[in-house]
Amino acid sequence: MIGGLFIYNHKGEVLISRVYRDDIGSQAADSAVFSSSGPFLGERLGGSVRNAVDAFRVNVIHARQQVRSPVTNIARTSFFHVKRSNIWLAAVTKQNVNAAMVFEFLYKMCDVMAAYFGKISEENIKNNFVLIYELLDEILDFGYPQNSETGALKTFITQQGIKSQHQTKEEQSQITSQVTGQIGWRREGIKYRRNELFLDVLESVNLLMSPQGQVLSAHVSGRVVMKSYLSGMPECKFGMNDKIVIEKQGKGTADETSKSGKQSIAIDDCTFHQCVRLSKFDSERSISFIPPDGEFELMRYRTTKDIILPFRVIPLVREVGRTKLEVKVVIKSNFKPSLLAQKIEVRIPTPLNTSGVQVICMKGKAKYKASENAIVWKIKRMAGMKESQISAEIELLPTNDKKKWARPPISMNFEVPFAPSGLKVRYLKVFEPKLNYSDHDVIKWVRYIGRSGIYETRC
Amino acid sequence: MTDSKYFTTTKKGEIFELKAELNSDKKEKKKEAVKKVIASMTVGKDVSALFPDVVNCMQTDNLELKKLVYLYLMNYAKSQPDMAIMAVNTFVKDCEDPNPLIRALAVRTMGCIRVDKITEYLCEPLRKCLKDEDPYVRKTAAVCVAKLHDINAQLVEDQGFLDTLKDLISDSNPMVVANAVAALSEIAESHPSSNLLDLNPQSINKLLTALNECTEWGQIFILDCLANYTPKDDREAQSICERVTPRLSHANSAVVLSAVKVLMKFMEMLSKDLDYYGTLLKKLAPPLVTLLSAEPELQYVALRNINLIVQKRPEILKHEMKVFFVKYNDPIYVKLEKLDIMIRLASQANIAQVLAELKEYATEVDVDFVRKAVRAIGRCAIKVEQSAERCVSTLLDLIQTKVNYVVQEAIVVIKDIFRKYPNKYESVIATLCENLDSLDEPEARAAMIWIVGEYAERIDNADELLESFLEGFHDESTQVQLQLLTGIVKLFLKKPTETQELVQQVLSLATQDSDNPDLRDRGYIYWRLLSTDPVAAKEVVLAEKPLISEETDLIEPTLLDELICYIGTLASVYHKPPMSGPPLTTSSVQMGAVDLLGGGLDSLMGDEPEGIGGTNFVAPPTAAVPASLGAPIGSGLSDLFDLTSGVGTLSGSYVAPKAVWLPAMKAKGLEISGTFTRQVGSISMDLQLTNKALQVMTDFAIQFNRNSFGLAPAAPLQVHAPLSPNQTVEISLPLSTVGSVMKMEPLNNLQVAVKNNIDVFYFSTLYPLHILFVEDGKMDRQMFLATWKDIPNENEAQFQIRDCPLNAEAVSSKLQSSNIFTVAKRNVEGQDMLYQSLKLTNGIWVLAELRIQPGNPSCTVRAPAPTLRPWSLPFVPCQGVVLVEDAVQASLQAWLEPESVRSLKRTFLESFHIHPVRLPR
Repeated sequence: MIGGLFIYNHKGEVLISRVYRDDIGSQAADSAVFSSSGPFLGERLGGSVRNAVDAFRVNVIHARQQVRSPVTNIARTSFFHVKRSNIWLAAVTKQNVNAAMVFEFLYKMCDVMAAYFGKISEENIKNNFVLIYELLDEILDFGYPQNSETGALKTFITQQGIKSQHQTKEEQSQITSQVTGQIGWRREGIKYRRNELFLDVLESVNLLMSPQGQVLSAHVSGRVVMKSYLSGMPECKFGMNDKIVIEKQGKGTADETSKSGKQSIAIDDCTFHQCVRLSKFDSERSISFIPPDGEFELMRYRTTKDIILPFRVIPLVREVGRTKLEVKVVIKSNFKPSLLAQKIEVRIPTPLNTSGVQVICMKGKAKYKASENAIVWKIKRMAGMKESQISAEIELLPTNDKKKWARPPISMNFEVPFAPSGLKVRYLKVFEPKLNYSDHDVIKWVRYIGRSGIYETRC
Repeated sequence: MTDSKYFTTTKKGEIFELKAELNSDKKEKKKEAVKKVIASMTVGKDVSALFPDVVNCMQTDNLELKKLVYLYLMNYAKSQPDMAIMAVNTFVKDCEDPNPLIRALAVRTMGCIRVDKITEYLCEPLRKCLKDEDPYVRKTAAVCVAKLHDINAQLVEDQGFLDTLKDLISDSNPMVVANAVAALSEIAESHPSSNLLDLNPQSINKLLTALNECTEWGQIFILDCLANYTPKDDREAQSICERVTPRLSHANSAVVLSAVKVLMKFMEMLSKDLDYYGTLLKKLAPPLVTLLSAEPELQYVALRNINLIVQKRPEILKHEMKVFFVKYNDPIYVKLEKLDIMIRLASQANIAQVLAELKEYATEVDVDFVRKAVRAIGRCAIKVEQSAERCVSTLLDLIQTKVNYVVQEAIVVIKDIFRKYPNKYESVIATLCENLDSLDEPEARAAMIWIVGEYAERIDNADELLESFLEGFHDESTQVQLQLLTGIVKLFLKKPTETQELVQQVLSLATQDSDNPDLRDRGYIYWRLLSTDPVAAKEVVLAEKPLISEETDLIEPTLLDELICYIGTLASVYHKPPMSGPPLTTSSVQMGAVDLLGGGLDSLMGDEPEGIGGTNFVAPPTAAVPASLGAPIGSGLSDLFDLTSGVGTLSGSYVAPKAVWLPAMKAKGLEISGTFTRQVGSISMDLQLTNKALQVMTDFAIQFNRNSFGLAPAAPLQVHAPLSPNQTVEISLPLSTVGSVMKMEPLNNLQVAVKNNIDVFYFSTLYPLHILFVEDGKMDRQMFLATWKDIPNENEAQFQIRDCPLNAEAVSSKLQSSNIFTVAKRNVEGQDMLYQSLKLTNGIWVLAELRIQPGNPSCTVRAPAPTLRPWSLPFVPCQGVVLVEDAVQASLQAWLEPESVRSLKRTFLESFHIHPVRLPR
């Protein structure tokens, strides 16, 4: 298991050091020896932790090259690291630990720290070092990760410090049962005057298209982010137009579903927040859970079939002699005319030996950016089922380079107010049997945002 | 309120102030004081003197204050075991506290105080806590058993804690179950034979129930434990798989990977005809693909595991090639791993796409990545026969780019393509030959020579081509020499008439002028073959060879099976089982690190490569280990010394006689004399301590000030017995170069503090620079050339060494014994020119040219002082230590100063074993 955990600033000075196991060294105090400025450091001599801490700084933080691996083995000790802004978090071990778990834990630790004091910066870490030690003591015991849900942690690790005599016995046992219980991510007794929830369906659509308009690869990776402000311990059930569910339900009434025009989508794979009952999803494909309070990512998914491609790019490149290129690019928006796409940007690569470019576009602004070797065409807004065009003349310098220009693909960025996968939220039902509010009293908001991922058309 | 103010440095007398504050009556003041103490501890100040005062603050009802005191205790208890006992009472009392949080805190902290004396007091509270009514206390106590077992395994067994822990597996609380499983698994690892976990269908059922309810981490503990279970039949295996599959949808990648591990392992037991088997296979692909959208570090872990999975069960991901295509902004470690998997998944169905991608990658920026991409194209050709032609033409296109490393890499793989498809693509040889001159890497040169030798009958000027290599035979690497020998012999057998002279030449070079055993042996074998029976020789040498196999880099099946059981763990990342004897290498870990950490880490972290507890990973060894290779210098055999192997002699580095560093009168009777040595890659300071006082001396310790090369003691100064009056003791103190760096005047100045029971003494000494010359300081020839050219004249220093009655060989071997390596040698107008390189522990290279006139007992050294901007030169194998940037600057400037030139000169001289006293200083 994890033998020790260190946080460094960008210079490689230790800000936090917590040693859990002797195998990486015994004296935690030693670990920070080198960060102090005095030339002589009293009595503390040797100490392998110091060596471990130093080895990491020397071989990773100060390494001249780009980091070649997030796991580094130095003298039989393994170092796992992640970096957040200019802060390095390193977990150290001599055992054959679960590597995926160590990284997940490091990410989680970043989340927990961010939830307590915001951005992870040197200043914030120094300002909260007592709190961080307290958190580390709680969420990692002898190198074993323990409950690290901020919802639960915040009930008993506060920056004010809880005086035990002020807690009633009930409060104490409530804390412990929550920390160890089945619903470790939510505390009891949450109350809101207005029960409200927000669902964001955030998708990123990726495309690689041939010059002839054939889709070479396309996929959507999506996330459902939920913000819940609900009282008590609400039991939620989330439904979407998942093909498997729709077909199962529609067995008797197949016509009905097709009549109502409800499209269903095939989901390749999805993962869920730990609050979702996975066995229930596996058996019934229903998504039921008691949500954490506040914002969390309910699920992630990926689809590859029947993707709505919001834009089609039609390129036409013609080489006129050896010193001139004519480029014409048409973009077509392919969604309901009532919807508006935003932040549209088309990037047309130009050869390295370009000497001058003349651009004419019908809409938006286009510019040749020599430093990026591309023509960048920006359009603020564009409605659905529209079409726009840009044409450019590219002057080339004659070169001896025999190698032909590789013609990198034309890429696109945009944001659209719908889900390109076709995912639709069908319902999110809330049941709280103990409190007197019903599903109808909850105010629910749903929003869809589709963004371009890597959206490229070869030319 | 912010806590950063506690980090501000305080003056002397701070400890006394803190002491007063800690003993204050005001609670707030006390808490502030403890915070200051913890802050001091974090930045590395010694606040152990405050132990009793801090422990006094322990009895408080303020939880935050209590936690701080406990944190302090965990850090210092080991250094003050007797005082730690003072804390026991409070712990025992806290374990009875009505507040479960405090009970748990007490038992958790007590386990972290690794003092033997405390353990016996820990037993009773722990026993109670294991049966506590509160689950939070029980789950903490479960981990505490593992902690106690780590300190005193016998005690845990005697006290019956293991049975109690086993009972906890049936606990009603899922987190208690998970922690108990984790603790038991760890303890079981140190008792491999015991049936501690006692997994049976009933207990498995309990674990599977807890799996649905516990935290994400608990799920990982349980899944990792399940993976060790062997189901009694396929029905049981299937039912476990069914209950584990839902975990594949967990957002935590570690849960997913651990579930994959269980499924991959149990699948072995399922019959392939089973419908369920197919279903399961289908279920595995999507979650593996999803792992690739995780954060890059996790992607890396996932990719290393997928690499194993596709070798074990290629069918799972065979349709998912596209997801492994490299993205522009993937970190390099992700790109390299994806490339590996792409090759594994390449098949006739997807080869066109794969090739198009690989061609793109070959024009990227990162050199390693480009090389790997080029190599991948060759591997595709070998793997998918139908694509071979396309691959070859792609490679030819790439050769046309004339990018040096692309060309070399392409030639290496084309050689393999020839070995797989002989007599098919020989038309490309002409193109390859055009690039002959640009090949500077041994592997590429050897590949080209092999091609020329193998197809000698079709290359008109094969003899000329091979002859051109022969000129610098002795400067070639062994690989090239061997290939050249074989190539020329093949040529001779094919065209005996024109090449007789050539073959004579190469045979005598290989047998008479070389002492490389492989080369000599092979040379003699060919020679005798040729002289005994040329016809037989032809049959032997030119016989048809079997084709090379498709995939050479597959992991051996038994190892693969073993690694599959370690999915998700470090072993799967390193692709080495945790118990393995041979050293582990990760794909890209800094190789030089170990050398630089030298004796330091190694001696502290246990010297046995096997490791303790069987789960240690062995770091890669450095190039320079085999001390036995050292040739006896000065003897008649010294010219046999192998100049090309890159391995230095390690026995004969110059050691100066001990000099008095600290006279007795300055140090209250303690006299210290010493010297520095470098042996087998480790630096040590050989000390002689003499007690010239009238009282016994004890409690020795040593500390260095920050210095130019970060020298620091790698182990404490160990004087085993008290030093009685008039007694002398010899100690060798291993040094490491991982200490803090500060430029010193002169550069090689070292300030040392030595402490004993009487006082602390300070002295300073100069260390010879050659102790810093590392064993892998032999620069590649081409790099040497390029670098030499790049060095501006003003950075050169020149000096003469008189009275040096040695010939070039002797100089070379003597220098080599001090890790100054001969990169190349040539003879210009009767003068021997030696080109030397050396590398310092901080990665700075120094190049030098030596001119030796035979008969004239002196030689001239022209040393363009350390290659400037070492951090920007691509060749500096950045494996090593990087100095803090200003220190690099400092040491470079220092090099231009006369002192360092002198120092360098001294080193040269000392390496010649010329007594340094005779030198002008």
